[in-house]
Amino acid sequence: MGIISRGFSGRSREHNPDLPPGQFLTTDFPVLSAGPTPRIDTAEWAFTITDESGLMHKWSWDELMALPIEDIATDIHCVTRWSKFGTSWRGVSLDTLFAGIDTKYAYTMVYSYGGYTTNVPLADLLGGKAWVAFEFDGQPLDPEHGGPARLLVPHLYFWKSAKWVRGLEMRKSDDPGFWEQNGYNIYGDPWKEQRYS
Amino acid sequence: MSHIDGNALAGPLSELFSVDMTDAVGRCVTCGDESVLAQAMVYLSGTDLVVRCSNCDDVLLTIVHSPGDLRLTLTGLAALRVAI
Amino acid sequence: MSAVWKVGVVASTHAETPTGRSIQIDVPGWGGNLAGQHVDVRLTAPDGYQAVRSYSIASASPGDRLELAVDRLPDGEVSPYLVDDLLPGDELELRGPLGGWFVWRPEQTEPVQLIGGGSGIVPLMAMIRAHAASGSTARFRLLYSVRTAEDAFYSEELAALASAHFTIDWVYTRVAPAGWPSPAGRVNRQVLEASTIAAGESPSVFVCGPTGFVETVADALVALGHSAASVKTERFGGK
Repeated sequence: MGIISRGFSGRSREHNPDLPPGQFLTTDFPVLSAGPTPRIDTAEWAFTITDESGLMHKWSWDELMALPIEDIATDIHCVTRWSKFGTSWRGVSLDTLFAGIDTKYAYTMVYSYGGYTTNVPLADLLGGKAWVAFEFDGQPLDPEHGGPARLLVPHLYFWKSAKWVRGLEMRKSDDPGFWEQNGYNIYGDPWKEQRYS
Repeated sequence: MSHIDGNALAGPLSELFSVDMTDAVGRCVTCGDESVLAQAMVYLSGTDLVVRCSNCDDVLLTIVHSPGDLRLTLTGLAALRVAI
Repeated sequence: MSAVWKVGVVASTHAETPTGRSIQIDVPGWGGNLAGQHVDVRLTAPDGYQAVRSYSIASASPGDRLELAVDRLPDGEVSPYLVDDLLPGDELELRGPLGGWFVWRPEQTEPVQLIGGGSGIVPLMAMIRAHAASGSTARFRLLYSVRTAEDAFYSEELAALASAHFTIDWVYTRVAPAGWPSPAGRVNRQVLEASTIAAGESPSVFVCGPTGFVETVADALVALGHSAASVKTERFGGK
């Protein structure tokens, strides 16, 4: 703990009971990244779910857009301590995507254009908890924030909401993704402040 | 988001190494490129850093700061050479 | 180079531009630094929240006083505090000096080309001051790119330091001063070819500024024949 800097308060950190422990509220939308921003044309974009037998269920951009689309209003929480209330998105629910899929495995590895990976248990993707989101705040999701589409799993820390999502593979065990291998928590519940391993 | 360069590693790595590491030459596991860490591409994620090879973009190392803990993961560095 | 945070006391501050100031700090036990090195500055709020940022050191003198120069970023968390709120007498925690690669030492005798964009001038200023203080006769040339004349740090001191061994070329990217021979415009390959030491003279080149600026300049320098090894860069994010 360092010496107190006279007059320094940093970014506005209002104390708010609706915030998970250790978080502060922000009204902007910080961009954090582990690497360069991939530029993906929706004409080439695809989302793939690979089950344990190796069978690939694939949707092109147009096929995704033809599925039922939901409006989502939710709070999001970043491990770097900022939270944003009432963000609005549009996307396709993972329940819709998993509707025709038979799997006995309980875990998934989500992967993105550019090489990012993160692990999410299947139970945390289903039951109205996750979407492939392509619109934020009424606008197409821009590349800096994960466009053309990102995974949206708002009940977990936002590193689990993989930007530039490309697909997921069913896994037998909870194998760690990129940040999880580098020291972040394997699950990431903001309400239990599960930031690190 | 743009990157900065490996000069920014001097401070965080000074918590672990007693010599300046930005002048250290690292060899990338993926492409074999040998460059000083000062030239690597650093992506900032809060207080955490992802350091990538300036030649092939693959991850050389990451630094994760948690309270009381510093985690250095050296997945992409095959070797480090430092003048002492 | 230890990880110990040293406590410095602000001795004085000086407005340099509408958004930037230089800060003179006394740090007991500092012992000087090399030209081009930086410090990490750590601020702690009353509730324990901490923010750490790196700043290049503008000075390279022995002894316990160092100078930083900071530009206020519009959405910054630390720079607005350092530029607008910090007062003489305030304490600052510093870690450093840091960095051994982006450095100029007076023992170097080859020609040196410095290229700075905006507040990227800061580590280059340390090199220019070290060059002058050491009496080095190595040829130094500076290309300094700024939006307008009033956005330049250290304009008076740079003019005063001009000599047979140190010349300056200015580039104005948004508004050029009245009577300026060329229109405002960004640094590009033609500008570099006309206003920097030629690759054939094997200069050591130091480029510092926002990431986009540094990458454009470094790529152009290599295209002009400079070896990649002779071009050292320091990018600090942004456009």
